[in-house]
Formats: sequence, structure tokens, C-alpha cells
Amino acid sequence: MSADASPRVARSSRTPATATATERLQRLLALVPYVVSRNSVGMAETAATFGVSERELVDDLNLLWCVELRSPDPYCPIDLSYEGGEIVVSEAEAIGRPLRLGVDEACALLIALRMLAELPSIGEGSALSRTIAKLEAAAGAAAGPAAQIAVQVDNITAQSAAAAVTEALNRGRRLHLSYYVPGRDEATERDVDPMRLLVVEGRSYLEGWCRRADDVRLFRLDRVLAIEVLDVARDVPAGAEQVDVDHGLFRPSPQDVQVVFELAPAGRWVAEYYPCEQIEELPDGRLRIQLRTPDTQWVRRLALRLGEDGRLLAPADLADQIGDDAAQALDYYA
Amino acid sequence: MSRRKTERLLSLVVCLLSARRYLTAAQIRAAVPGYPDSFDAFKRMFERDKDELRELGIPLETGTNASGDEELGYRISRQAYELPEITLEPDEAAVLGLAARVWRRAELAGAAEGALLKLRAAGIDAEDLTQPGIEPRVQTPEAAFGPLWEAVRDRRPVTFAYRAAGRSAAQQRNLEPWGVVNRRGRWYVAGQDVDRGAERVFRLSRIDGPVRFTGPVGTVVVPPGTDVRAAVRDWDAEPIVPRSCRVRIRSGAGYGLRRHALSIEPDDTDGWDIAELHFTDNGWWSEHLASFGADVVVLEPSDLRDAVIGRLKGVLT
Repeated sequence: MSADASPRVARSSRTPATATATERLQRLLALVPYVVSRNSVGMAETAATFGVSERELVDDLNLLWCVELRSPDPYCPIDLSYEGGEIVVSEAEAIGRPLRLGVDEACALLIALRMLAELPSIGEGSALSRTIAKLEAAAGAAAGPAAQIAVQVDNITAQSAAAAVTEALNRGRRLHLSYYVPGRDEATERDVDPMRLLVVEGRSYLEGWCRRADDVRLFRLDRVLAIEVLDVARDVPAGAEQVDVDHGLFRPSPQDVQVVFELAPAGRWVAEYYPCEQIEELPDGRLRIQLRTPDTQWVRRLALRLGEDGRLLAPADLADQIGDDAAQALDYYA
Repeated sequence: MSRRKTERLLSLVVCLLSARRYLTAAQIRAAVPGYPDSFDAFKRMFERDKDELRELGIPLETGTNASGDEELGYRISRQAYELPEITLEPDEAAVLGLAARVWRRAELAGAAEGALLKLRAAGIDAEDLTQPGIEPRVQTPEAAFGPLWEAVRDRRPVTFAYRAAGRSAAQQRNLEPWGVVNRRGRWYVAGQDVDRGAERVFRLSRIDGPVRFTGPVGTVVVPPGTDVRAAVRDWDAEPIVPRSCRVRIRSGAGYGLRRHALSIEPDDTDGWDIAELHFTDNGWWSEHLASFGADVVVLEPSDLRDAVIGRLKGVLT
């Protein structure tokens, strides 16, 4: 339970139908060099790259072909054809090369590449440092601000586990994990067939088919107590469904318990750390939050940790149980 | 309407890129179809077109061909416009494809896609990764990320309301931001707190309401040698002098503590062990120990023992 569940819609996925004139201009200025650099290229492939239909692509190509400058004498600077589904640009005039990278564009890629360089599984190769150097050279001054923004990935203990996960993925092997479940305060032993290594919100996770649960599970690598690559071939069932990384790693299920906490100012961190369904501001900096979890043991431990900084309002039987937990613990101090 | 505008802007770009000299507004009007007949209407439209081209990052220059010329002209220098030659090996293109996916659904997703499209237009085939099964992502759920990234990029001071940990009310803070760092999945901004005259770090999720610019572009000076990653790491770090404590742990429980214990021995009472552990912060550590309920009992030191008792009593109040 660590992911922030608030979904965010990508700003870039605007459909071409609603694209503005400048967005279309950007596409046209990339389309010409895309074809020029490849000599000739298929319509279907080009449409897929630019995220448009073939009809829209034809419209783009016609627009380019129709460009006319009138002075001193009228002439058409761009000449192209798309007969037989192959695009060829025979005259591109001044727009045969793509426009330089903007600051946001250069920085988005450089920040991501430097983040990848921190991952042991890919960071060790020289491809990353070569790519970073080439991109910095091509971006020039636009690359500057990238130095002022950084994404750090988790600590060393998780990194050694990540190396074992990568090895198992590359060699198609099963893993054995000794895994700590803090919500239950348990160390568990399990065999897992690895599917992917996820790096989300600065933490690394193994996604795999857990043979103990007979289901897809996520394992936070900093909670792996021991890991071993087994000499057994990986065997992920055909129906195993990958987690949708772009919609939050932890999604509530209908079987989950709905819990409501009221938090004092000192307990507000709970709303930052766990995905809440509802967050309501109360007077004096207090918060009322609602979340879902499959794990009531975790809720009980959270309530004990919070003490007077948080109070479980619902469900009532769980609140009673927490009162009993505290009373029993206090008996040992009597 | 929109198609005609695209045609006009495209013609304008081609015209200015092809020109060897600065072209006056009148020359541009004569060459580029699609402008209105009235000169005033043309001027207004041309002004807007120039702004829109600059917003796309097209380096539209203003100048004169000879020192005696009175009227300003316009051109786009090819050297400033064109992406320099860049070629990538297949393994380099693969990591580039992976990098472009990192921002998916986050603040800079559109910028990353735009960059990838330009690099593809330069002839690079950044297809899907050769690396099996790795999915790295960065998320930016904090509304403050966008404006703070702009402020850092453009070196502008900002102001925002900030609710420090455990405080009930937000305070207005004035900051010259130096950098934005993601640590353990959370975003932080580091910079010079103008009112306090000192370096400060703020967590973006605790910023309450909008971030506003308080000065023009280029006015924030980042001191030479500033390491924003280190600033955030230090801010987040625990005090370095650890204390030690002794706790009783029920047999078969308390794995979260046993992992980090300096020593564990069986207690004289059956069913219990005694562990020695290091801790740094009484507050956080007492909360952690209290979360184990009746499976963990603090023996010493007494201030830690009292803090745990206080936590547990707090549940019952």
C-alpha cells in the first residue's frame, strides 16, 4: 500500500480531430523529415507513428503538396507523392530537417534517462551514458534545466534484489523469495515466476505469478529478505494479467473493507502515504479520510501507530477490536 | 478555418527559412498566401502568427540587412532551427524508447512524446525496448509540479501556501526555487526561502492551493555548486547519533524489528525474546513500536517506554 491512486490524464493524447492549427503544424514539420530521412516509407507505418488515420495522413500530405509561395515568382516548395502506399518526398525545400528539441522536450527525456541510469539492471550498460551524451549534444542549451530536476530510485538493498529479478527475467527462471509483509508483521516464503520489474514512484517491484497465492502479485523489493534464482524454468500461466502501471498499482477490489479515519494535524501524513477514496478537510487542520483495504490487520497496526493522532470511525467492530488491542498491550506495562 | 491557418503558418515557416535575408512585413505579405487585404488586419494576424511560431520553439529572428535600414525584417536561421545530426545505435534507441515511456500519464508526457517524434523525424527508429520486462514510471499527482518545474526552468521566484508537517494552518512562503527532486516517490522543491534568508526544502504534496510567480523570468540565481539532490537527501535524513533500546518481542512475531536487531536472546519468560535495537527518533520509533501492539513491550529507556504507553493510551481516549 504505497501508491498514490489519483489518476491523471495525459495531456498529449488529444485526438487529431481536435488538434489546433499549431499542433498540426508541428506534425507536418516532423512528417517531412520523417519521410526524407527514410527515403521512402509506407503510409500505414507513418500513420501509426504520428497517431493519425491514413485518411488524415493523406490530408496532411495534400496540404504539404499545396503549399505555394508567391514572390518573387509563384512556386511550390514541397514536392511529394504517395502512389502505391509509399510516400516519397522529392523536394522538401527548407523543412527537410526536424525542428530542434524544446526545453521541456529535451529535459523530459534526459531526466528519464538519468533515472534509468540509477537502475542496476539497465544502468550498468554503456548504452545509457552514450544516449545521454548524444542527446545532450543534439539538444544544446535546451538540455540545461534538466540538471535541476532529478528522480532518485530506491536504496541499495532493493538494488541487489533487482539484479536477481533481472537475471531471472533474462534467463527465464523461477525465483524463491523470503518476503516481509509489514501489515501482518510476517516473513513469508514463496516461489514466484517473474513477469516484469516495475519501477513506480521511486520504488522497485517484482510483478510475478505467485505459486503460493496462485495469482499475480506485486512484491516491493525493499521488503525482500532473501532472494534466490532457482534452477527451474519460469512458468507463467497464459491468463496471468499484467498490472496496469498507468492507473495506480494498487486498486481497491469490491471485497475490500471500507475504513474511515479522522486525523489530527500530526496524522495528516496518512493521507499522503496511502491512496484514499475521499479526503475531507475539517476545522483546525483535521482530516477525514476514507480508504479501502483487503487487510484489516494493517488497519489495526496503523491505528495503534497513530494513537491520539487518528481515530477509526468505521467500521465499528474494527474500532472495538483496536481498543482491545491497545488495552491488551497496556496490560504489559501495568 | 483551422486548415487555412495551418497552411498559412507552414508557408510562413518555409518562406522565412528559405530567405537568405531579413524579409520585411510587406515582403512576407506578398510571398505568403492567406493574409487579409487590409494592412492593419494583416499586421494583427502576423503578430499572432509570430507569437505562435515562437511558442512552438521556432527561432524567429528580428533584424535588418544593413545598418541604415529603418524597417525591421524577419527570418528563421536554419542553423538555429534544425535539430543537429544525431544517430543512435539500436541499443541506444531502445533505452530512448524506454525513457520516453517513463512520463506516461505524468506532467511531461506530452513533451517526451514530442521529443521522440522529432528524433524519429531525424531518422531514429526508437521502437519498443529490447530489454525484457522493465516498466519504469514517474508520476506527478501534485498540482504544484507543473508551475514549479516552469519556475525552475525559467528561473522565476514563486509564492505558495505551505502546510508543514503536524501544523494545522498553512503559511505563505516565498521561494527562489533551485531544483525539483523526486525522492522515494515524492516530489520536493529546494531553494532559497526569501523570508527566512536560508535554504529550505518543501514537499510538493503539502503545498496548499496555487503556486504563483512573483518575479520575471531569469531572476533566480542558483548558487554555483548547488546540489539539490543532496539538499533534499539531507532534509529527509534521520539524525546520525543512534540510541539503543531493549524490547521484549513475542516469539514468532515482530519480524519487522527482528530484521534490524543488534542482538536477540530468549527471555526467561517462555514465549518471549529480548532484542536490542538502535533508533534515532523517539517520536517515530515509539509509533513504530506501538504498532506491534501486545507483541512488543519496551523495557528501556524510560522515555521511549513512556512514549509508547502514551501512544497506546491515546488510542483509548
